[in-house]
Amino acid sequence: MARKVTNTRKWIFTCLAWGVALLIFFPILWTILTSFKTEGDAVATPPKFLFFDWTLANYREVQARSDYFSHFMNSVIIALGSTALGLLVAIPAAWAMAFQPGKQTKNVLMWMLSTKMMPAVGVLIPIYILFQRMGLLDSRTGVLIVLMLMNLPIIIWMLYTYFREIPGEILEASRMDGASLWNEIRYVLTPMAVPGIASTMLLNIILAWNEAFWTLNLTTSRAAPLTTFIASYSSPEGLFYAKLSAASTMAIAPILIMGWFSQKQLVRGLTFGAVK
Amino acid sequence: MATLHQRSLARLMVAPSVVLLFLWMIVPLGMTLWFSFQRYNLLMPGMEEFTGLGNYRYFLSDPGFWISLQNTLIMVGGILAITVIGGIAIAILIDQPIFGQGYVRILVIAPFFVMPTVSALVWKNMFMNPVNGLLGQVSRAFGAQPVDWLSQYPLFSIIVIVSWQWLPFATLIFLTSLQSLDSEQVEAAEMDGAGIWARFTNLTLPHMGRAITVVILIETIFLLSVFAEILVTTNGGPGYQTTTLTYLVYTQALLQFDVGGASAGGIIAVILANIVAFFLMRMIGKTLD
Amino acid sequence: MNMLIRSLLGACAVSALALPALAQQTTLTIATVNNGDMIRMQKLTGDFTTKHPDIRLQWVTLEENILRQRVTTDIATRGGQYDVVTIGNYEVPIWAKQNWLLPLDGLPEDYDADDLLPAVRRGLSVEDTLYAAPFYAESAMVMYRKDLAEKAGVTISESPTWGEIFTAARAMTDKSAEIYGICLRGKAGWGENMAFLSAMANSYGASWFDMDWKPQFDQPEWHDTLTDYVTIMAEAGPPGASTNGFNENLALFQQGKCGIWIDATVAASFVTDPGESQVADQVGFARFPNKEGVDNHGNWLWSWNLGIPASTTKAEAAKEFVAWATSKGYTELVAAQEGWRAAPPGTRTSLYDNPEYEKDAPFAKLTLASIDGVNTDQSSVKETPYTGGQFVSIPEFQAIGTAVGQQFAATVAGQVKPEQALTSAQQLTTREMTRAGYIK
Repeated sequence: MARKVTNTRKWIFTCLAWGVALLIFFPILWTILTSFKTEGDAVATPPKFLFFDWTLANYREVQARSDYFSHFMNSVIIALGSTALGLLVAIPAAWAMAFQPGKQTKNVLMWMLSTKMMPAVGVLIPIYILFQRMGLLDSRTGVLIVLMLMNLPIIIWMLYTYFREIPGEILEASRMDGASLWNEIRYVLTPMAVPGIASTMLLNIILAWNEAFWTLNLTTSRAAPLTTFIASYSSPEGLFYAKLSAASTMAIAPILIMGWFSQKQLVRGLTFGAVK
Repeated sequence: MATLHQRSLARLMVAPSVVLLFLWMIVPLGMTLWFSFQRYNLLMPGMEEFTGLGNYRYFLSDPGFWISLQNTLIMVGGILAITVIGGIAIAILIDQPIFGQGYVRILVIAPFFVMPTVSALVWKNMFMNPVNGLLGQVSRAFGAQPVDWLSQYPLFSIIVIVSWQWLPFATLIFLTSLQSLDSEQVEAAEMDGAGIWARFTNLTLPHMGRAITVVILIETIFLLSVFAEILVTTNGGPGYQTTTLTYLVYTQALLQFDVGGASAGGIIAVILANIVAFFLMRMIGKTLD
Repeated sequence: MNMLIRSLLGACAVSALALPALAQQTTLTIATVNNGDMIRMQKLTGDFTTKHPDIRLQWVTLEENILRQRVTTDIATRGGQYDVVTIGNYEVPIWAKQNWLLPLDGLPEDYDADDLLPAVRRGLSVEDTLYAAPFYAESAMVMYRKDLAEKAGVTISESPTWGEIFTAARAMTDKSAEIYGICLRGKAGWGENMAFLSAMANSYGASWFDMDWKPQFDQPEWHDTLTDYVTIMAEAGPPGASTNGFNENLALFQQGKCGIWIDATVAASFVTDPGESQVADQVGFARFPNKEGVDNHGNWLWSWNLGIPASTTKAEAAKEFVAWATSKGYTELVAAQEGWRAAPPGTRTSLYDNPEYEKDAPFAKLTLASIDGVNTDQSSVKETPYTGGQFVSIPEFQAIGTAVGQQFAATVAGQVKPEQALTSAQQLTTREMTRAGYIK
């Protein structure tokens, strides 16, 4: 029995919702638009919204100044690598905690989350010295491991809550049939777990892509991702809004596009057990 | 037998994460603890010595310490309030039957993908700058004196920027939660003549309880370490007005290069964060059942 | 798909072939700040790499504060990430004394270190050994709009007093037309508002410390400096001044929104660049002001320099690069490509002896006079235990300067009274200096 909705009511809500959505999206839209303006148009009074001379000059200039592609590749490798590594470690752990919970499971989970409370700025110098001794400075491996560890608690937790939603009866049934734990995982549960894993993966990629403290401080050039790229544009001389916008657009575009295409998947898993 | 076997297998599966996280916790923590009792400034090698609690006394007596605690609380509290209340409102709005719901959701989710550094730079320069920023231009168009956000309302401005980044996250979780609300129940309540407000407080809100707890927990963990946004926009000022505990530790560590003082600050921050975490965990512990 | 695989394979094969050749190359990692002159240098390095085909350059361009944080961490932990670093004359003597920098001896014959301006060279030497090569150097001066001054009926002499400046700034202000009489740094930071305010305080007869390292913020000279600064910023400054640094003020001035701007001399080449500045042909210059009766023009001296960390393993190649980037030849290269006005200023006598430069750069004479007039060994009229012009040459200054800068920025934002800010500045400086062991 569908609720009856008057057309006027639907229109009113549509306008409201679109209004709010555009307001939230506006800063991004404005940045993208500004990236196609000349520096003069970027600060024109009154602001020029759509009617200006569209130009690609800013992108050319940014590209001439910094090697976007190398930064981009580093971002991709670091984000994907830390996510893959994290999932490798986290899936078994979350799995075991969800289906074989012990007395300590909850405490272990809590403790894991609490490791995220350490302020990174306070431990940078000890870690820097450690990395230097181990020859991990400016290596993708080094950053990748740090980001993996940083996000591990969140991944485990997210997977755990997701796995718990898989009905226990299926497990029971397969166990009755004498399936081994391995087969249980392989044939019964993997298909059901894939959506949860996918959304965890997406969230982790986003977090790793946007992490700006460790990536900035532990890399120099060879392993430097897009966060370093953007750090060279934060306050150049003279008028810089258009160039800043172009650099910003280049830094966020890949993840924004990935996010948009996969948002349904992401949202489905993004509940941390909040929805039963 | 099988269960015993399975249990040890389960332990084996958990072990790598526990070991890794334990190392990730204990190594920096151990080093930080060690340095926190040392006089150790990176810029003045050769002066290292044991100072006992000297670094702690120094950090706790910092003129910015209490203000930074207060700022941290206001900032985290403010952002939580805005994102939770705003998130619920927007989630309810989007959950209404509207045209183009999918597109609306795409627009709303976007800020979540933006790098904190980028969003801070964009807000600072292109919106909040009183001369060339858009907000300033708009207010001038209405004949008003442009507001200099980052110096007149610095903490509020930071709250706005960070809230913008986290609003999508809250909205999406609330939306998912709303969509799982039993529509028959709602209709029944409607038939009973319950008003909108009554339906909201008696049905919707209790249903979203878990979602709200989760949002608060996850956001708090990330918000306590907000740093890039402050560094880019206000550098902790003017005065101490946007200096949070994390930022104060930063000034010790990477401006003074006082590793001893920064380590003491780091330990204090860990202790305080864990006190907050303790209450949060108790709150969330119930959600896990 | 097939195409892709094939081309990937091809690329692999090519790079495998290319590898032995690459292996003999030395790659220099150069950390640099993201300002105009440095970015120009990046564009012109083709000249260097053709002369030195065995050296490859890898740039790390960062915003000033992040650069400083990264480079300091690396050099102090001997991380060895950089082969050439861009550092200020604040760091050079401090780091040289820690043996963190390699001495720049054995530079090529034609480098001609004696051509460097004496004031600049002195700031980069410890016991007469050069530890970094200046890329460009600056003092501070007054830049003002001749058209606005005329319109307001005021004149600014070549060596103005503060009183003159304040009067002119008030007269030029027309807030409804978005013309602000004076733009000064307000953004907190030891290299931002404190650079300006320390220089201004010098010219008011103040100093940072007395001979016992006691902070001097409780003295009347500092009180006058800060109150005059806050008053004029409130009356004639732009909105948002407390977050304006060099770059923000430059943008404002180029857009024609400032009457007077007192800042680094390098700004002169930007504000007179017709391509970027809307007021290029209307800019007048004058020396950094002094207070009536005080013979001190601020003693502002800053240089961006190239240094070589002691932790590098490629010292020879690094030295080649440093010598190239700060040579006379590089100056000529810039001049040939972009005109003399764009040449990196403030480092070499020969540049100022060049009639072509003087013709193209109306600010040349004043820049030279300003730099030559600086004495960083005695920046205040009072006796001081420290050296340094608009900064104090001790490792603790970064943190202290920035913390004090925050207090002073709050006064510009109108949230704190100058008296109150000075009291907090006095307290926090005393605290830090006591911890660092200066005050017994």
